[in-house]
Amino acid sequence: MPNPSEPHLAVAMHGIVKRFPGVLANDHISFEVRAGEIHALLGENGAGKTTLMNILYGIYQPDEGIIYVKGKRATIRSPRDAIRLGIGMVHQQYRLVSTHTVAENVVLGLPVSFFFPERAARRWLEEFSQKYGLSVDPNARIWQLSAGEQQRVEIIKALCRGADILILDEPTSMLTPGEIDELLGIIRRMAAEGHTIIFITHKLDEVFAISERVTVLRQGKVVATLETAQTDKTSLARLMVGRDVIFRLEKKPAQPGEVVLRVEALHVLDDRRLPAVKGVSLTVSAGEILGIAGVAGNGQRELVEALVGLRKSQRGRVFLKGQEVTNQPPRALIEQGVCYIPGERAMGLAPGLSVAENLILKDYCQEPFARGAFLDYAVINAHANRLVDQYSVTTPSPATPVKLLSGGNIQRVILARETCQSPTLLIAAYPTSGLDVGATEYIRQLILQQRDQGTAVLLVSEDLEEILQLSDRIAVMFEGEIMGILPAHQADLGTIGMMMAGAQRIPMSEAA
Amino acid sequence: MNNWPHFRLEKRLTVPPWLEFLTLAVSLLLALVAIAVLFRVLGVNPIVAYQRIFRGAFGSLYGLSETIVKAIPLMMCGIGLSLAFRARVYNIGAEGQLLVGAICATGLALSRPDWPSWALRPAMFLVGFIGGALWALIPALLKARFRVDETLSSLMMVYIASELVNYLVYGPWKGAKEMGFPYTDKFSPSAQLPRLLNTRIHYPTLILALVLAVLAYVLIQRTKWGFEIRVTGENPEAARYAGMNYFKTVLLVMLLSGGMAGLAGVGEVAGIHYRLRYPQGISPGYGFTAIIVTWLARLNPLLVIISALLLGGLLVGGDAIQVALGLPVATIYIFNGVILLFVLGSDLFTHYKIRLEWRRER
Amino acid sequence: MIVEFILLVLKAAIPAGTPLLFGTLGEVTAERSGVLNLGVEGMMIVGAVTAFGVTYTTGNIWLGLAAAALAGSLLALVHAFASITLRVNQVVSGLALTMLGLGVSGLVGKRFIGMPPRTRLAPLTLPGLSDLPVIGPLFFRYDPMVYLAIILALVLWFMMYKTRWGITLRSVGESPATADALGVPVFRVRYLAVLFGGLMAGLGGAYLSVVYTTAWIEGMTAGAGWIVIALTIFAMWDPVRAMLGAYLFGGVRVLQYRLQPLGISPNLLNMLPFIFTILVLMLSTGEVIRRRVGAPAALMQPYTREER
Repeated sequence: MPNPSEPHLAVAMHGIVKRFPGVLANDHISFEVRAGEIHALLGENGAGKTTLMNILYGIYQPDEGIIYVKGKRATIRSPRDAIRLGIGMVHQQYRLVSTHTVAENVVLGLPVSFFFPERAARRWLEEFSQKYGLSVDPNARIWQLSAGEQQRVEIIKALCRGADILILDEPTSMLTPGEIDELLGIIRRMAAEGHTIIFITHKLDEVFAISERVTVLRQGKVVATLETAQTDKTSLARLMVGRDVIFRLEKKPAQPGEVVLRVEALHVLDDRRLPAVKGVSLTVSAGEILGIAGVAGNGQRELVEALVGLRKSQRGRVFLKGQEVTNQPPRALIEQGVCYIPGERAMGLAPGLSVAENLILKDYCQEPFARGAFLDYAVINAHANRLVDQYSVTTPSPATPVKLLSGGNIQRVILARETCQSPTLLIAAYPTSGLDVGATEYIRQLILQQRDQGTAVLLVSEDLEEILQLSDRIAVMFEGEIMGILPAHQADLGTIGMMMAGAQRIPMSEAA
Repeated sequence: MNNWPHFRLEKRLTVPPWLEFLTLAVSLLLALVAIAVLFRVLGVNPIVAYQRIFRGAFGSLYGLSETIVKAIPLMMCGIGLSLAFRARVYNIGAEGQLLVGAICATGLALSRPDWPSWALRPAMFLVGFIGGALWALIPALLKARFRVDETLSSLMMVYIASELVNYLVYGPWKGAKEMGFPYTDKFSPSAQLPRLLNTRIHYPTLILALVLAVLAYVLIQRTKWGFEIRVTGENPEAARYAGMNYFKTVLLVMLLSGGMAGLAGVGEVAGIHYRLRYPQGISPGYGFTAIIVTWLARLNPLLVIISALLLGGLLVGGDAIQVALGLPVATIYIFNGVILLFVLGSDLFTHYKIRLEWRRER
Repeated sequence: MIVEFILLVLKAAIPAGTPLLFGTLGEVTAERSGVLNLGVEGMMIVGAVTAFGVTYTTGNIWLGLAAAALAGSLLALVHAFASITLRVNQVVSGLALTMLGLGVSGLVGKRFIGMPPRTRLAPLTLPGLSDLPVIGPLFFRYDPMVYLAIILALVLWFMMYKTRWGITLRSVGESPATADALGVPVFRVRYLAVLFGGLMAGLGGAYLSVVYTTAWIEGMTAGAGWIVIALTIFAMWDPVRAMLGAYLFGGVRVLQYRLQPLGISPNLLNMLPFIFTILVLMLSTGEVIRRRVGAPAALMQPYTREER
């Protein structure tokens, strides 16, 4: 074992443990980066990559473990401490003041000259532009810039603060292919000038394109650290997602019926009005579960929102039991039996309202809950009591505000509301994220039960285990497209991993 | 390195009702203590002042009747505001909506003096409601159409309404028999609301307010629209997903709160003054005080009745210390301000556990 | 005749707009940091009574002005504590502050009602310049506070756009999380901005009672604080535009007396500032305009560091 205080190691993290309520995000991680290298940190979402790097940058405090920076023992309590040690981090979500100029953003918080501080920024911008090809117009306002230019501003901000160890968190996720090439060029030039780069990613291509070494994380643990040149895509993919034994739920074979949901070449924009879903086609039949695997942020959210009526699609068509329902409002879809379990639990609830009221959130204007303009609370409470029993929601009473319940019980309230009337189509997006094991198992059982009752289920999850356990067919989404759809029994982890990382595409004969 | 006081907040998972009541009670008590200290510093004996206020407002039948008189417009405005605030629509322009309600009722009373009272009085309430609602419609539409923040626009509308009243009473509507005062002519008897015995309590307005309080409570707690208002206030995203129309809800609560403020204005001109006067003569800031009333009542229309009586009593008590101790009427605003600040501040203590730490600046 | 009339109005508009300008510069600063303070009316009137009282007692007008600035910021401290530390709804807290100010000023000012001023602020005369025809009276014969307000507006503009403090202040109002991540003490910046707002409002009120009117009248601010709120929006949060706006609004106030004989209602004229302000609110919400000159993005949003 190498000595952690060796000076040629820029960063050495040993035995790092970080717990969040219900989750062990980092489980005794040891991670070493050599000075001047480009080191890729590879893993699925939730593998603990970002948590580990947030610890190095001082955003989180580790529960256990030691950190050495440039051979010296370091205690990093805040990003300020990290900056002082020469560590810089570019987050996935840029932290820029969008109405301000590039120059103003660069000097914010820096002890530059009091008057005309932007002058210092111009000097830096000039210097970095020549040295690394990092060029941005200092007078441009952030909102006028492309995602790639904004990222350069973030990198420049880190460099101005004296960073020689630079952490890039999924830096290519927002970029166009051209911008990615430019970014990789800049990174190589920075490394050549002696900077150490930690490159967080889930894309295999990028690992091979840029890194010298790669560390693979899975479920909060280090699986391997390898010289990139001595490995290949298939084995990395296996390391990233692979479990040798997959725990399977007791599951009857599916008996698919008629096609319930048919999506044809759907195109949807995201909040920034950029294409997020690019021509997705799929079908879900009654009594089957179609799982959509993929790393979060590849268009799943926009796809789901378009299917439940919360987001308008640009092109393409959606059919429900043969009837076109493209761009119908939520109300119309609800009335046709579309139910939705949203990923962010807060979204589907009115937190200050009671359990009973949240249980009728969608049906409040229908008989028997409503009589004319009035709500019939006798019926509503009876309904609530029944569901609280049936779904074992632990709550002091149906009149308790739902925000006072635990996450698992809140999720049960949503599930109860969405599944109690045997929906035609159930759309579950990240239904178990952030829940403990017990709640997770319960919710998975419930989804299977829905399937067995003949509901068509569309399951979106970034938890591959969940997808494999539940789905009858598996679709993999990458950058707004379906990379392929496989029957679950044929799904092999290597293939799915490659598809999630955008390295493999299976022609869609069966989905069309 | 600088030390800086830093509060660490931990959200409470449960807020028992007793805690909510306790913090409210304690904050009211602390507010009274703070006011007493302030009075002492400013050279007023707080014990004497408190006695006079209490006696003035609640200590005699006359005082009690005046307390109710002042509570009527506070209730009217407060009931409407409790609906708007429930939807997290911050209409702070009730004062202007009240004035426009008064203008509309006056317009009708002056132009149709010979209508019989059974037709004229309800018609005045109706046009007052419509006037106040339309005044609130402007910020509501600006919010719906241009996403203009309703707080600032409804506030601006107050001053436009106030100048409109001034314009009318100094200009076209100036009374022929009012000897140069900025008043309109007195209403005909059929436009004047009846009063209870020899008090100034114009009971039709009071009864209307009490009925509306119950209706508002039923609306918010028992109807589909109320459900939509509450869900929208809690989580607009969830409301959208459940198929609720956000703009319909915003419009509804703005129109209702504006309309009720308009009713308050009708009550003042038809029940107290029998004429339109300069704006401060009609309302010493009832529309703004109603915001405090609503907040104290925790946005519950039934509790608004109680808190309106409380703050109405303070206004009367203010008159009492003016007479007895020679203090200016404005003194009573100290109560409004300090009580509101303490009650606002106490919310944090209900919902969070608080630790004060001294720590190094990051 | 027309020219003389215009000159007369202009000459009166500048002192009439000066208290508004003081208040607006303060409110612009506070709102730039993300804190709306609707308590300007209260802070101004407390400034007015403090200035009059201290000047009356000590006979020193400058002491009066300084005390007013202190009193204004003391009141602002209440709002800062409530809205920044306790994260109370800024609108309601500001209203409470206005009421508190009106109450305290009434109580304190009781003994000063009807008292004559003991001293006045002499107009600043610059030999040569002040005696020039037309230009002299128009530009060079005001009291020193008028010039102080102008200088402050220019200095504040420079500070806001050309210095490190300015970038810090504006960043805190636009995106406190970004500023916090870069080590900017968000809470401290907001506190200081709100306190400065109180200081300036106090001076604005003081100008009314010891320079402009030279008397204490209960409720003498008569809505000036609300005009300041409108003016802050009207100026689109810019100190130099605030100066132009203040003189414009001051001019409107002066005009109402001048135009009355011509049959133009002063009250309709008084509506104009508020109507303009609503129009500005409407125009400045368009996404492109908001990014250039609109309200600070974090206005009215209490900041809290998110912890997982």
